[in-house]
Amino acid sequence: MPYTEATLQLLTTDGTLVENDRVAPYRPLVDALTDQQLQDFYREMVVTRRFDIEAGNLQRQGQLALWIPSLGQEAAQVGSAFATRSQDTIFPSYREHSIARIRGIDPIHIIELLRGVTNGGWNPNDSKFRLYTLVLGTQTLHAAGYAMGIAFDGKTGTGNLDTDEATIVYFGDGSSSEGDVNEAMVFAQSYQSPLVFFLQNNQYAISVPVERQSRSPLYKRGEGFGIESHQIDGNDVLISYAVTRASLDEARAGKGPRWIEAQTYRLGAHTTSDDPTKYRQASEEEYWKQRDPISRYELFLRAKGASESFFAEVKAEGEDLAADIRARTVTLTAPPVETIFNHVYTDEHPLMAAQHQWLKDYDASFGGAS
Amino acid sequence: MSEMLSMAKAINLGLKQAMTDDSSVILMGEDIGTLGGVFRVTEGLKTEFGENRVLDTPLAESGIVGTAIGLAMRGYRPVCEIQFDGFVFPAFDQIVSQLAKQTSRHQGTQSFPVVIRIPYGGHIGAVEHHQESPEAYFAHTAGLRVMSPATPNDGFHMIQQAIRSNDPVIFLEPKARYWPKGEVDMNSTPAPVYQSRVVRTGTDATLVGHGAMVAMLLDAAELAAQEGRSLEVIDLRSISPIDYDPIVASVGKTGRLIVAQEAPGNASVGSEIAATISERAFFSLEAPVQRVSGFDTPFPPANLESIYLPDVDRILDAVDRALAY
Repeated sequence: MPYTEATLQLLTTDGTLVENDRVAPYRPLVDALTDQQLQDFYREMVVTRRFDIEAGNLQRQGQLALWIPSLGQEAAQVGSAFATRSQDTIFPSYREHSIARIRGIDPIHIIELLRGVTNGGWNPNDSKFRLYTLVLGTQTLHAAGYAMGIAFDGKTGTGNLDTDEATIVYFGDGSSSEGDVNEAMVFAQSYQSPLVFFLQNNQYAISVPVERQSRSPLYKRGEGFGIESHQIDGNDVLISYAVTRASLDEARAGKGPRWIEAQTYRLGAHTTSDDPTKYRQASEEEYWKQRDPISRYELFLRAKGASESFFAEVKAEGEDLAADIRARTVTLTAPPVETIFNHVYTDEHPLMAAQHQWLKDYDASFGGAS
Repeated sequence: MSEMLSMAKAINLGLKQAMTDDSSVILMGEDIGTLGGVFRVTEGLKTEFGENRVLDTPLAESGIVGTAIGLAMRGYRPVCEIQFDGFVFPAFDQIVSQLAKQTSRHQGTQSFPVVIRIPYGGHIGAVEHHQESPEAYFAHTAGLRVMSPATPNDGFHMIQQAIRSNDPVIFLEPKARYWPKGEVDMNSTPAPVYQSRVVRTGTDATLVGHGAMVAMLLDAAELAAQEGRSLEVIDLRSISPIDYDPIVASVGKTGRLIVAQEAPGNASVGSEIAATISERAFFSLEAPVQRVSGFDTPFPPANLESIYLPDVDRILDAVDRALAY
């Protein structure tokens, strides 16, 4: 199984905290969390999962061309997202729905992307949550360049945790084989950029198991580039938070990039176009269901005394979001035709003007409104 | 102030001016710092501006362009050097699927003013991958602008215009023209960059080309003049978008068009010009548009490049064919 001796874990599947020397340095980071923060972790995991299920349903009902579920990966995402500081910039892949929400992105914009309404969806300069990227691994280089810019700007390594900036980039086990990811490690390490590589190892690249990407644990890929690397239990929201928090703060302190491999599992399909029964066993899925990120955390919170009304309230919030998303999705319409031509270039471009005009004239030639 | 300079030096001074004018301009590439680039186009700039503005990057073309995109997101105006034309392809995805499409994907919330300088074309007797003309790939890609100077004066001004552009620019530098000197007027107001230019007037036929081909076309026109033929020569300057008005006007006068390029002719920039002129100037044409191109083969071993590359004779042969109609 994917966990190794190196795997860091703070929360066991029965919801109790692990005590050992290896995780001891991370424990103060978790102990410093308020009850409110701990409850927010749960809230985001549960609400995003409900949103995710709703979006999958909408796809099945023909409202979306495609859906990309994040089921099972909530702890890796939520923990690491809460570990960022507000000045940090996040480069997602395309499955980081909970992180988008944590950064204030209305999830309807993710729906718009999959419904064919937009190729972008939000202003990344407002949220410091960059746009989803569909060509695997390419965003790791954008993150490396952005992090180089942070250093050139002198906005990192000053010792002020509240203003020094860092960057985190998300990608997967499949992407780890892409040349761009490896080049990003070279650049980030060479320029000692404030960048955390966050690899969600969900065990499959669509149908191909991680063993085809690497014969050794993927955290060692980072080590091979001289980057301090950790493997964590990606279904443990507390270790995800703590190791990411520490790694980002080390990066922003000028210590160079960090690499985290989060062992998790894609409980759903790669996308709704996929059929996981063709390439994985029910027994394997069952193994991971036993390690579900939400159920163990619920046990933890209950042991800490979280009230029944809290869990009911979170459940209701999920239902409300699902209903809201459903209601708004069905009203989403095609963007205006000029979307084709606008913003292809920033400056004026004669082909855009001419072809847009041609289309208007063509439409008008049928006698209707253009 | 006017000076006789090589294009390599003119572009060097243009880069220096752009970096002086705007502190967000940074240079990135392989061997461009301490060495000054394999063609010495960036010579002296690292000393002048420091290693944070002239980056000797790791040897990874996709990495250079990909990190330039990230730097542009951060507010920088990166100017990347790809060492040779045939080395751009490891960066192809970052250029075509990322850089070119980012502006559209961001729907106006972010510009991507990245310049990618590529020494290109033949005539230098180099090994494989060092003499290619890849402009059609980039001209075909929405979101990119493509330009190529033919003279030192344009080299000085156009590199600055490319850097000031808020869009990504593929800046193709004809390496065969790096060393011949020409007059550079640094204080003149440059022509708008997306403007093709009549560089020799004539009445019998129109020759169109870009980059190193322009000097070849001028040589051909000079030779033809000795035989009593008057050829007009147009320097495209911008390959995407193309400024067609001067070409249409010229064909209206001459009735004949010859398009010349070092690149393979199949699905090329020359093909696009031929198609557009047949649409826009059909009744002016007295003969089919003639294309003079490299062959649709890999660039051959350098001993054969003089046969592969269009030369004055092949250009004049095409003129003969056009005039025979």
